[in-house]
Amino acid sequence: MYLCTKFKDRKIKIFNKMVFSVKSLKIALATLFAVVPFMAMANSVQDSLQAHNQEAAHAVEHHATESHEPASKKDEVAAFIDHHLQDAHDFVFFSDKAEGKHYGFPLPVILFDNGLKIFSSSKFHHGEEIAEVDGNYYALHHGKIYKTDAQGTLNFDEHHHPTNVKPLDFSITKNVLSMLVVAGLMFFMFVSMAKSYKKGPIPTGFGRILEPLIIFVREEIAIPNIGEKKYRKYMGFLLTVFFFIWILNLLGMTPIGINVTGNISVTVCLALFTYFITQFSANKDYWKHIFWMPDVPVAMKIILMPIEILGTLTKPFALLIRLFANITAGHVVIMSLIAMMFVGQNLAADMPISIGLTLFISVIEILVAFLQAFIFTMLSSLFIGMAVQEHHHAEDHDPHTEEEPIII
Amino acid sequence: MDKLVNDFSFGLFFWQAIILLVLIVLLVKFAWKPIMDSITAREEGISNALAAAEAARKEMQNLQADNERILQEARAERDAMMKEAREIKEKMIADAKTEAQVQGEKMIEQAKATINSEKNAAMAELKAQVSGLSLEIAEKILKQELSNDAAQTTLVEKMLDDVKLN
Repeated sequence: MYLCTKFKDRKIKIFNKMVFSVKSLKIALATLFAVVPFMAMANSVQDSLQAHNQEAAHAVEHHATESHEPASKKDEVAAFIDHHLQDAHDFVFFSDKAEGKHYGFPLPVILFDNGLKIFSSSKFHHGEEIAEVDGNYYALHHGKIYKTDAQGTLNFDEHHHPTNVKPLDFSITKNVLSMLVVAGLMFFMFVSMAKSYKKGPIPTGFGRILEPLIIFVREEIAIPNIGEKKYRKYMGFLLTVFFFIWILNLLGMTPIGINVTGNISVTVCLALFTYFITQFSANKDYWKHIFWMPDVPVAMKIILMPIEILGTLTKPFALLIRLFANITAGHVVIMSLIAMMFVGQNLAADMPISIGLTLFISVIEILVAFLQAFIFTMLSSLFIGMAVQEHHHAEDHDPHTEEEPIII
Repeated sequence: MDKLVNDFSFGLFFWQAIILLVLIVLLVKFAWKPIMDSITAREEGISNALAAAEAARKEMQNLQADNERILQEARAERDAMMKEAREIKEKMIADAKTEAQVQGEKMIEQAKATINSEKNAAMAELKAQVSGLSLEIAEKILKQELSNDAAQTTLVEKMLDDVKLN
């Protein structure tokens, strides 16, 4: 295992000599920031997980199919955060608990359950009622739709997960709508920017702000990692992903209350794109390094093969977990800090602390929003660069590279 | 991990994949390609312009050096020409002087010779005339002296006296 890491290190070292030696300080800083919320998240998610389970336990105790009232304020906050982190079938801006009113708009639900079933999510009444479509009954439980009977019975297993059948859910959920809006926004922004180039060599209006960012992606991300010759082909993907993640991260900071990049499905999809692009653009050298590592004994080659194959999967996995965890952690921390003043006994004392800390973390989160988009794009281009790089071994391993410190 | 797996929604994944794919395709076609092309073209234009300016500057320098060199050459040529001209002039003057001198001397020689011959001729003529005149005078005198006897006798005596004296 040590050997394999050493080999890997060396490989990465050679490939990214340029990136890491010159910008090691920058990267170190970036990594620090990237890791900080990660650490914070470890506890929060556990907490919310606990809360989630507690809540579920309550639900079982009360045998209530309708929205279950958490016992304490703490539980209420945990449930609210948990609810926020999840995708939703309706867009709710805020709710009035006393009157039981929700202000927002419903979204279309599309189910594959013995044929296509399309209906408005208003039928669920925000999870309070059972939706009846063509004689089938559906219940909404923690953002998921389950098939149920007229009474809305849900059976739970020992992990407090419902055992009811889940129909294939292709609903236009809150996250899908957000992504559509962002996609539309990006299309509008960049197409109008592209049009402004027709008038002259310098873009006009908002394009002036976007152009340095595009050049940043090219100069700082694509060219150093993929190389001058081949970067052009991947710029479309890298730019799209960079702006897509960044805008969604920033939208997550707004009070609209969406959490797209902190959703595991979204990050899985993004990472899979990187994975497939990497695999399909890989050259002979890349596959050779995976299946038959050069310059090592045959026994080593055989041992290294499965490790290398696993390595291709761990890279996108790290990518998807990093983005998911950072954004989720940010949301949890900010919402917990805001909720502090509702949980505490002394409002006057809690409010300044809560607002101050929220402000502080929000500023960090704005940085993280950019940083995560940057890191995702940079690592994607790094992986693509590894796959397309032409490399020569043996004579290439000059002693200088061995000594260089690397930070990953 | 259990929570992550449980949270995974295939529907969302499906929509995300479609949205991202469509977005990438659309943006590549309508935005990234023209934008990147314009940026690259502009950068190339700028670098070309800079290179051209640099080349022009170098050419200017070369031109200046050339001009300087040509000027230098011209100056040297002019100096050489002037020097040559001066030499020619001096040579011409010297030549003229020597020729004039020679010619003069020759003329003087000729003149002298002419004068000499003229003088000789004149002298000879003079001599002849003087001798003729002397003869005439002597004849006339003798005629006069010998016209009477007394005179002849006196003369003879006188002549005899002279001879005696001697």
